[in-house]
Amino acid sequence: MQANDDVVRSSTAPMIPPTPRGPASTTLFDVLLGHGSDPSALVDAVRAALAGTPDLLRDDDLQLTLFSLYELQYGGIEGVDDRWEWNPTLLTARAAIEERFEAELRAAVPTPELPAPSAEAVAQALFDLTSADGGPSVSRFVAKKATDEQLHEFLIQRSVYTLKEADPHSWAIPRLRGRAKAALVEIQSDEYGGGRPTRVHSAIFAGTMRGLGLDDRYGAYVDSVSALTLASLNMMSMFGLHRRLRGCIVGHLAAFEMTSSIPSRFYGNGFRRLGYGEDVTWYFDEHVEADAVHEQIAGRDLAGGLVESDPVLLADVMFGAAACLAVDGWAGEEVLDAWTAGTSSLRTTGSAQPAGSADSNGSATVRPAATQDAPSLVPEKHPLPA
Amino acid sequence: MTSKREEQDLPEIVACPNGPLLVRGNVRIVTPDGEPLPRDRRTVALCRCGVSTLKPYCDGTHKAINFRTE
Repeated sequence: MQANDDVVRSSTAPMIPPTPRGPASTTLFDVLLGHGSDPSALVDAVRAALAGTPDLLRDDDLQLTLFSLYELQYGGIEGVDDRWEWNPTLLTARAAIEERFEAELRAAVPTPELPAPSAEAVAQALFDLTSADGGPSVSRFVAKKATDEQLHEFLIQRSVYTLKEADPHSWAIPRLRGRAKAALVEIQSDEYGGGRPTRVHSAIFAGTMRGLGLDDRYGAYVDSVSALTLASLNMMSMFGLHRRLRGCIVGHLAAFEMTSSIPSRFYGNGFRRLGYGEDVTWYFDEHVEADAVHEQIAGRDLAGGLVESDPVLLADVMFGAAACLAVDGWAGEEVLDAWTAGTSSLRTTGSAQPAGSADSNGSATVRPAATQDAPSLVPEKHPLPA
Repeated sequence: MTSKREEQDLPEIVACPNGPLLVRGNVRIVTPDGEPLPRDRRTVALCRCGVSTLKPYCDGTHKAINFRTE
């Protein structure tokens, strides 16, 4: 069956290697692709980059380095030996970025006021926090104004996370017990299709991408997304991969679910407005209903259940939720700013320039979107048989 | 008298404060004529604020209208 073939192919292929964005990521790929660099050169390059960056969340080179190191723990990278996953020197470099990343996140995102450590109070506090989020609304823009080209950009922006939707939160499963564990598995089982591979959410999203003529292979568009978009996913991976931060990943998932069902309806409406059919809108329609269920379980049983069994994690649960809203808010703002200025939200691909530099036109990260022949968005023929 | 095991297998409806009714377990959701309604997941949320666009299922809109159960 063709649909199943597509699902299997897209889920097993390792990531296409991205283009390095500076000295640290260049050194990383020299090491990973066997071009001769000693792995200890990566630790030096990372330390130098950390010393020189004013803003790690928006640093292209370091966010791409961290993203690629994490990818070794997920699906791997094409042409890279799987044994690098547990190489102690690479893990040392990763830890150096993570230490600073966590510190910057905690400094930039204040922990909200803490509720009482009961399941109901935690759920209510999370619902209050997420409904008070007055950030810019990409979903309203998509519903009412986005052009076809902007819809393509929107899927490209989302693809880095959504083609492995739910995976970062799954790291938490063996770190939880009891009510919180049962809740997380109930949510994740739904994310992974309840036993049906064609209903795995990442596979449904891959179908949406194909419906717009986009390449659904993992990593096909990593070069096109900003440091902040990578930071949003890196934050989830960091929260998920550290048992110490299990409160953060739980709070993150609760906030993510609580800000999904209503926006998903708007996204679906935007694609319907431009004439796309159910094959494309299924992903969003599915999330309207699914996340209205998940947000209840995530707030009360997962986050609330975790806090009741382990009250010391209350502050991290609330911080993880606030960090989700803040970082995704900043990334959304970046996209909306570009769109309202009439430019593309995508990075110019193939740039290996260090963060903050600009080309001769003074714009390293934007290009006009108003032209009809935007070359990187004219979908190439999909490489898999249709 | 039901055993503890049988009791745990009974379907469960969670009345979520300010939110939907969460239905977990082996329950048929049908039209007034008894026709089964589409059900794509094991646990579903039923609308009780009245404004869902997916009735009888919840679509999260209760949050936008500040629906209160207590």
